[in-house]
Amino acid sequence: MLIFEKSRPGRGCSTLPACDVEVVRPKERDKRELKLHMPELSEVELSRHYTELAKKSHGVNDGFYPLGSCTMKYNPRINEEIAALPGFKEIHPLQPEHTVQGCLEVLKRSEEALCEITGMDAMTLQPAAGAHGEFTGLLLMKAYHHSRGDQKRTKIIVPDSAHGTNPASAAMAGYSVVSIPSGPDGCVDLKKLREAVGDDIAGLMLTNPNTVGLFDKNILEITDIVHECGGLCYYDGANLNAVMGTVRPGDMGFDVIHLNLHKTFSTPHGGGGPGSGPVGCKACLAEFLPSVRVDGEEVLRLTKAEHGIGEVKSFYGNFLVVVRALTYIMTLGREGITEASQNAVLNANYMMHKLKEQYQMAYDEVCMHEFVMSLSDLKKSTGVSAMDIAKGLLDHEIHPPTMYFPLIVEEALMVEPTETESKETIDEAVGVFRELYELAVKDAERLHNAPVSTPVGRLDEVKAARHPVLRYSFDV
Amino acid sequence: MGSYVPNTKEERTAMLSEIGFQSMEELFGHIPDEVKVKDGLKIPEGMSELEVRRAMKKIADKNQIFPTIFRGAGAYRHYIPAMVNNVISKENLQTAYTPYQAEISQGILQSIFEYQTMICDLTGMDASNASVYDGATAAAEGIAMCRERKRNKAFISAAVLPATLEVVKTYCFGNEIELEVIPEKNGVTDIEYLKEHIDTAAACVYIQHPNYYGNLEDAAAIGNIVHEAGAKFIMGVNPISLGILKTPKEYGADVAVGDGQPLGLPLAFGGPYLGFMACVGSMTRKLPGRIVGQTTDQKGNTGYVLTLQAREQHIRREKASSNICSNQALCALAVGVYLASMGSKGLENAAVQCTSKAHYMARRLEEIGFCVENQTEFFHEFVTVSEKPAKEILSALEKQGILGGYPLDDHRILWCCTEMNTKEEIDGTISILKEV
Repeated sequence: MLIFEKSRPGRGCSTLPACDVEVVRPKERDKRELKLHMPELSEVELSRHYTELAKKSHGVNDGFYPLGSCTMKYNPRINEEIAALPGFKEIHPLQPEHTVQGCLEVLKRSEEALCEITGMDAMTLQPAAGAHGEFTGLLLMKAYHHSRGDQKRTKIIVPDSAHGTNPASAAMAGYSVVSIPSGPDGCVDLKKLREAVGDDIAGLMLTNPNTVGLFDKNILEITDIVHECGGLCYYDGANLNAVMGTVRPGDMGFDVIHLNLHKTFSTPHGGGGPGSGPVGCKACLAEFLPSVRVDGEEVLRLTKAEHGIGEVKSFYGNFLVVVRALTYIMTLGREGITEASQNAVLNANYMMHKLKEQYQMAYDEVCMHEFVMSLSDLKKSTGVSAMDIAKGLLDHEIHPPTMYFPLIVEEALMVEPTETESKETIDEAVGVFRELYELAVKDAERLHNAPVSTPVGRLDEVKAARHPVLRYSFDV
Repeated sequence: MGSYVPNTKEERTAMLSEIGFQSMEELFGHIPDEVKVKDGLKIPEGMSELEVRRAMKKIADKNQIFPTIFRGAGAYRHYIPAMVNNVISKENLQTAYTPYQAEISQGILQSIFEYQTMICDLTGMDASNASVYDGATAAAEGIAMCRERKRNKAFISAAVLPATLEVVKTYCFGNEIELEVIPEKNGVTDIEYLKEHIDTAAACVYIQHPNYYGNLEDAAAIGNIVHEAGAKFIMGVNPISLGILKTPKEYGADVAVGDGQPLGLPLAFGGPYLGFMACVGSMTRKLPGRIVGQTTDQKGNTGYVLTLQAREQHIRREKASSNICSNQALCALAVGVYLASMGSKGLENAAVQCTSKAHYMARRLEEIGFCVENQTEFFHEFVTVSEKPAKEILSALEKQGILGGYPLDDHRILWCCTEMNTKEEIDGTISILKEV
């Protein structure tokens, strides 16, 4: 039941005292006439309402969450307590500099650690999410080319296996997109890349490991090809959890990178944000970073870059998310960061190894932190689709893998176990996957009807889009 | 070193051996040596939980917490009911991803549907998205959604928050929308200038209400000019003010945006906050970002799903209406809980207290020789001019643990009052200022 349906006139919570000065109200011209319909519930009713909503949700703490490309690792509790310290939470963003030295230290330390982990020279923590970081990074590239009087570079190369945000961000930054097909091994087709480059190319957007979970061994050649044509290389950091401490994007020839602190650096996803998408770059691009930067040693200052692209968000980014990520980095440190990535790769390979006895792998070779299965054969033989298997997992309290992505694999399920799952959890999940496979062969109908144990069954998405009901109507 | 990897060394070795590897190095053997990190990362060693807590507490203690705040300028200290933090700390909600799997995400989806309803009701609009990053990016996205093939120019008032103007400029550098700033006159948007300069190339006009100086614009008059030119009218609004001020709908706006931070989110040195976006029904399919819709399952049970996804990046790629993927969902939940805890009367009360206290303080400041610059009605912010340098005034307050208004220049200060400021606090501040 919606909170509005539980509302009863006259109920409510006692939040504010009476006004202790003479009451002033707006004049006729600006006075609200429309009736407000905020819910009126007692505190106990409110509390129960949200407890009920929480019960009908599934987070990392509810069970295995191998959602590919999203790095659903455990969110450490200490991070939450640190982010709740009044010394961070109650600080106004426009306080005088000498009263926010701690906040500036958080920004500075985070920038230093993230630069070292990625092999970059400078970083901004202002972008609020991965896609926001992509947009920021692309604007850096645009500003760089423009500063050299080079206005003719109007295209960005994006492989067809890329995350959807890549081409969308390129379009927002004013670029047209050149999509290049992946090779049969799922990696960049060097021949196609050579054909695509030229003096109209501003750069290439790539993730390595790529979206099929493979490390592209030709990476140095790829970035060389782009640099030789005068373009820049952008690293989509969504898959950084595979390589921390082993490989740095900066050493692979990338010039710009965005990170997802809400994936790789353990901050909670919150049901779809807030995230944080810092953008790092090589020294040649640093002058174009958004304007607010932290400077100084003993006393920290906020400085404005002269040629910066301008602000991409108010103030300094999703600061409390950065606090959580820094807490995580300080906990793990040099060795722990590397250990996390190594075990993310081990867990993925272990799970892939166990599953490939039955399931068909899109690319049967050593994977990085995730792998992609194709259920197209199973679908042909039994009629059971990737969607059906995913919905079957829901009845076993496992969050399904990412479905139907990347687009280059038919009936794709993209599995990313992360390093924070134990061998038993993976073994149990493998058992469930096997059971569902057998069920597909024996009784496909049951999987078409899954899930059966959730608060609702499969929902009619077509109806939702054709006849959109996007809000509760108070008139009814 | 801290670690969140459950498997022991022995278990890892056993897993490696089961899949045919002797060591981690061998597992990563296919990565070319030329690109590998040679001597480990140069960051400090890890620490235990207790050590990290001590270290971070030490950093937090370097910040000064002001018990009394008269500063707004885009970030506002309001009362946050206990329910808000309680709800957003619930792990099922906090540790979930975007609700792609609707059947196990009904709680999150319903909370977004409720949030959308509240934002529509607050602004008077027909449709709301699930949030964007903050008020400034909401303004930029609002401008982008008004663009049409033959209309590629946006007007923005100079009397908006500086950060909003900056962010809008940056987005326009990206998407190549021509931007013209309407100058301010006497602390409000120069309507005559707009009348003279708006033409058929204009896609939209953006104003902020109350504006940067706290002033109420003649929003209805501006809306008429905009619509006569065939352009869309976007209003950036303070959501608390909507407890008593006319809604964007009543002023004739097509799109309403703003920062949701005043609705239950802490100051937090600038983030995370939340940008809300709502519009008239005819523009629904131009909204960027996630939108939740109501539908049914096979048995006819009511449920909620992410909908109208044909606008979005994962379907449309470069043709999407925006690149937004992660938004500020947990902040949207906080806003929902805040509004439910306050109720209509509570929200109205908060708004009345904000404006009443600001007017009381303005009057008291005038009594001791400050000149209040605002020539029109204002909400909860106002500007004073004083002979004494702003710097001296603010540093005298700072010594007493009071964060004074925001200095606009050497002699002008932008003050803000909310329901958090008691009469006693205001009177005490006036006494200190009398001595300066």
